[in-house]
Amino acid sequence: MTETIRLLLCILIIPNVVLGMAAGLILLERRLLAVWQERLGPNRVGPFGLLQPLADAIKLLTKEDWIPPFADRPVFVIAPAIVMATGILTCAILPIAPGVGIVDDLNIGLLFFLAMSSLGAYSVLLAGWSSNNKYSLIGGLRSAAQMLSYEVFMGLSLMGVVILTGTFSLREIVEAQRDGWFFIPQFLGMVIFMLAGLAETHRMPFDLPEAEAELVAGFHTEYSSMKFGVFFIGEYAGVVVVSALMTTLFFGGWLGPWLPPIVWFMLKTLTFICLFILMRATLPRPRYDQLMALGWKVMLPLSLLNVVVTGAIKLATTGDGG
Amino acid sequence: MFRLWYKEYGYPHPSSPFEVAIPMTLWPLAVYTGLVLIMVGTVIALSHFLGERHTGAARDEPYESGILPTGSARLRVSNKFYLVALLFVLFDLEAVFIFAWAVAVPELGWVGYFGLLFFIGLLVVGLIYEWRQGALDWGRTRRAKERADAARRSSKQ
Repeated sequence: MTETIRLLLCILIIPNVVLGMAAGLILLERRLLAVWQERLGPNRVGPFGLLQPLADAIKLLTKEDWIPPFADRPVFVIAPAIVMATGILTCAILPIAPGVGIVDDLNIGLLFFLAMSSLGAYSVLLAGWSSNNKYSLIGGLRSAAQMLSYEVFMGLSLMGVVILTGTFSLREIVEAQRDGWFFIPQFLGMVIFMLAGLAETHRMPFDLPEAEAELVAGFHTEYSSMKFGVFFIGEYAGVVVVSALMTTLFFGGWLGPWLPPIVWFMLKTLTFICLFILMRATLPRPRYDQLMALGWKVMLPLSLLNVVVTGAIKLATTGDGG
Repeated sequence: MFRLWYKEYGYPHPSSPFEVAIPMTLWPLAVYTGLVLIMVGTVIALSHFLGERHTGAARDEPYESGILPTGSARLRVSNKFYLVALLFVLFDLEAVFIFAWAVAVPELGWVGYFGLLFFIGLLVVGLIYEWRQGALDWGRTRRAKERADAARRSSKQ
């Protein structure tokens, strides 16, 4: 019975924490970007601007919820819902601390994450197509090609960790890192995963689907009100998920001395979130052909190499393996 | 169609090939999915009821930087995108085979390893071929550029 109550509590609390983090992230990002650009950023609403996300939410909710008469109505409404739903659903597999997590011992945890991130591609493509706007269409197509390309080796880059542990379950992967975090043996895998994660959530510097200098706002040009906001919640939920997975897969999850496990998990995740924002503040946006060439000509061969070498080392260290 | 699978009673034998057994231990995921869908639906519905209503002359036009839109947005797009989709299917299938191998590396041993190496080798040959063909380059390929230059030169004379 206590087990059921624990799970129900997790189910109720985790999505709200993720939503809260996604909203807080918008403020954090604006403040941090301001710091790095020697500005102040939003600091008027509440102490240190802490109530800014609330003000943004109220404003978005009371704006006109416009569905263009030339758009494909049902698809237009469903598209933003997909990205937000998949973003929050992925959190179900995160092992946040011992005893905190929804289905964190799912034996296909990693595959679940990959499936959800593939579904996310639909959101952007459908939004671009259903808007019936030229900018949207180009943005949607670009993002579909980008996400498909980066997905291939996003999965492959994680296989190094799977080879070392022999499981897709995130909880077991964390437990396997008691002797040493995987970012040392899997450094290449980590770097590839990080870049692929950036491209999958189409964050700067890989935000070509919505490059405002060339495409107005890309796939969400025709979106307004909270549907526009939902795209952002989805994007920030994606950032939280990718950071949490970096922590889980390569940096020992909740493991760490002195502090309670949940604090370690949060601290590590927050570090990666700040790293993602720093990358946005510093790196320029590549050209689209450069982005695709990087994916197919550099990342794909490197991730295959990582798989092959890791497999050989694993077999060599565990004896002949039968 | 679906049958619930309780661990205590062992794996149920399916009565038809279309029957799927769902482990009962997945109920938190089902509840969570339901909750998330309700949450997303509420957020989107709320703005529909709370939002303002406007009317205006250009309100129902697609936004194209203030220029009057011409023609439909159902444009013909570069077939490069189709090529990427094909490449994706090829290499993602390869990745799926690698996933299946990766969870069982010690069990499959060196035999499995060299089998996989051969498989990856075949696909790498394919990748090199596509690379040489220019299938991985965006924009005009070198060969197309040379052809276009030659055509321009001959038309000038």
